[in-house]
Amino acid sequence: MISSLAAASHAEIVPPMEALWRVLSLQDYNTRVVVIGTTLLGLASGLAGVFLLLRKRSLLSDVVSHSALPGIGIAFIAMTMMGGGGKNTLGLLLGATATALLGIVAVGAIRRFTRLKDDAALAIVLGTFFSAGIALTGVAARMPGAGASGLESWIYGKTASMLFSDALLIGITGLLVTLGTVLLFKELALLCFDEDFAATQGWPVGLLDMLLMGATVAVTVIGLQAVGLILVVALLIIPPAAARLWTHRLRPLAAISAVIGGLACLVGSALSALMENLPAGAIIVLSAAALFCVSLVFGTEGGMLHRGLGAWTLRKRVGRQHLLRALAELAEQSGKDVASFSTIRHRRSWHTATVRGLLASAMKDGLVERVDARHWRLTESGVAEARRVVRNHRLWELFLITHADIAPSHVDRDADMIEHILDERMIAQLEGLMAGENRGHVPPSPHALRPAEGTA
Amino acid sequence: MPLPGIRPSIPATPRDDHAEDAPLSIHDLTVAYRRKPVLWDVDLDLPEKRLIALVGPNGAGKSTLLKAALGLVPAVSGDVKVYGRDYKEQRRLVAYVPQRESVDWDFPVNALDVVAMGRYRRIGWLRPVGRADREAAMVALGKVGMADYAQRQISQLSGGQQQRVFLARALAQEARLYLMDEPFAGVDAATEKAIVALLDDLREQGNTVLVVHHDIQTVPAYFDYVVMLNMRVVAHGPVEDVFTEENLRKTYGGKLTLLSAAAEALAGRR
Repeated sequence: MISSLAAASHAEIVPPMEALWRVLSLQDYNTRVVVIGTTLLGLASGLAGVFLLLRKRSLLSDVVSHSALPGIGIAFIAMTMMGGGGKNTLGLLLGATATALLGIVAVGAIRRFTRLKDDAALAIVLGTFFSAGIALTGVAARMPGAGASGLESWIYGKTASMLFSDALLIGITGLLVTLGTVLLFKELALLCFDEDFAATQGWPVGLLDMLLMGATVAVTVIGLQAVGLILVVALLIIPPAAARLWTHRLRPLAAISAVIGGLACLVGSALSALMENLPAGAIIVLSAAALFCVSLVFGTEGGMLHRGLGAWTLRKRVGRQHLLRALAELAEQSGKDVASFSTIRHRRSWHTATVRGLLASAMKDGLVERVDARHWRLTESGVAEARRVVRNHRLWELFLITHADIAPSHVDRDADMIEHILDERMIAQLEGLMAGENRGHVPPSPHALRPAEGTA
Repeated sequence: MPLPGIRPSIPATPRDDHAEDAPLSIHDLTVAYRRKPVLWDVDLDLPEKRLIALVGPNGAGKSTLLKAALGLVPAVSGDVKVYGRDYKEQRRLVAYVPQRESVDWDFPVNALDVVAMGRYRRIGWLRPVGRADREAAMVALGKVGMADYAQRQISQLSGGQQQRVFLARALAQEARLYLMDEPFAGVDAATEKAIVALLDDLREQGNTVLVVHHDIQTVPAYFDYVVMLNMRVVAHGPVEDVFTEENLRKTYGGKLTLLSAAAEALAGRR
């Protein structure tokens, strides 16, 4: 492990900490350019990816990247035959862009002239173009004096083989895509949300769609060198998918997605500069995937922890309110404010442990107090809270009986589920509907209460 | 598309003298999907300041008529004028309310964001939504009784609330002609009432509203003008004149077998 830690531009082995510091502080000029360029690529792909995801076209970038390979092969062969070196990056990228665009056109044509659905059209084009690409690069590699050994780095990505000019090109393209997306934010959002409506307003939806596709092609083609054509699709999908777990608003979504994309590329390219054996593309995508996993667990909008916490607090609140109502109704029936543990437990057929937990937590909040070893009663604030709970429950029951024609024998269970989520506004509406129900007054139960077992 | 020997079995009212500046004037419109005609020779002038119902059975081409008038689906023939001039010059005067199901309500925006989209054309290229436009969007939301839900993520709205957000977006456009595709679909009775009141207001202010409507029971109560469509215009006029049992039978009855057989034959011919 340690022996593989070599500084990017020097062959000699340096101590790992020193190497790490060299990369992270971007001291090495070449590393600095590669890392900054790749990070800009990440920002751009995070942004463009948001709109691709919202337009449900994410997989199109997979077609774009695979369709780029034949272009690389053709450009390489053509440049070699013309006598120049076959490895001119700009020439290769132009070839890649040409066949990538051809791939998009092919998908559009299949979609238009056949009854095939999108997934089939994408698979056909991707497979065909990628096969052609493998064949062509195979031919290119066997050309006399070609030295085409670098061609496979387009498939898996390799930041270490990047030249300064490559990194500069990546950085500039990334910056342009970022700027364009930010400027056209409102237009692209409208296109993705409601294309027909945009068209009726006179927006050139065809042009906007082409701009979005253009941004996709640009990000994908320049991403080939860094991430490789197999993985570049992940760079467009994972950041927006992860960002979706943090927000429901478009602007923050785009910002978070851009940051995740940029961060993944930063970490990935820095690590691969640090350890030459690590393929940059894989590390970049793994970093993005790690950020996705973090979002999946901790995300504030649908993250697992957040959901679990929400369900847990709701369960806790429901249990608390059931306990308070049980105590209040027991007191109402028996005329005594003290109830025994077993009476409380039988009220809702609770488990002993459940009641114990509920009572303990309610006591901690000062809502109930213990009279002796087996008996409990509501405190003053507990009585107030219980009145509110019982009132909500009965208001809802009355509403169901008088306005929704539900039999009195059924309302208890229905109200049981709804009462906990009633908010202020709904209660005000209920009060409005139930003329004569003044605030604070607890109406009698519209149905017979469950007999209080164990009370004499 | 010339169709030798095939004419609509019941000719639509011929109208060569199109009104000078009718809110919507459709002339000779024919639309086909994959060679299968769905609208034949639609010739229609909508009167001003009316609430107009567009009714007809499933597959009659109601939505297609709206979309073709708006240039969203290509027409085989025909032209569309809005207030006397070519539709493309008059887009600002037209507001479109698509079917609610036509968009993904899981989109990461809130109700106010959607309504503000009605202002985008006024705002123009590249510029963000400003304060004045956000306020205009708020006013529109208020008009449909949704001001309290402005910040609500749209996936958390009920179907009726989503429909009202769409209506508010159209209101925010401050148009004069409103084309609405089934605004009553899937809304509860209270929302339906609110929408009817809103449509009445629009008419009172001098606008014209064309509504694709499914429930023929409520046509006389809600609307004052009706267009009865089944691949071609069967009848159109004031509700009290043309909304008759006979016209309903012509629209919904099975008298169009020849027409649909011809359409099928055309579609099958390769």
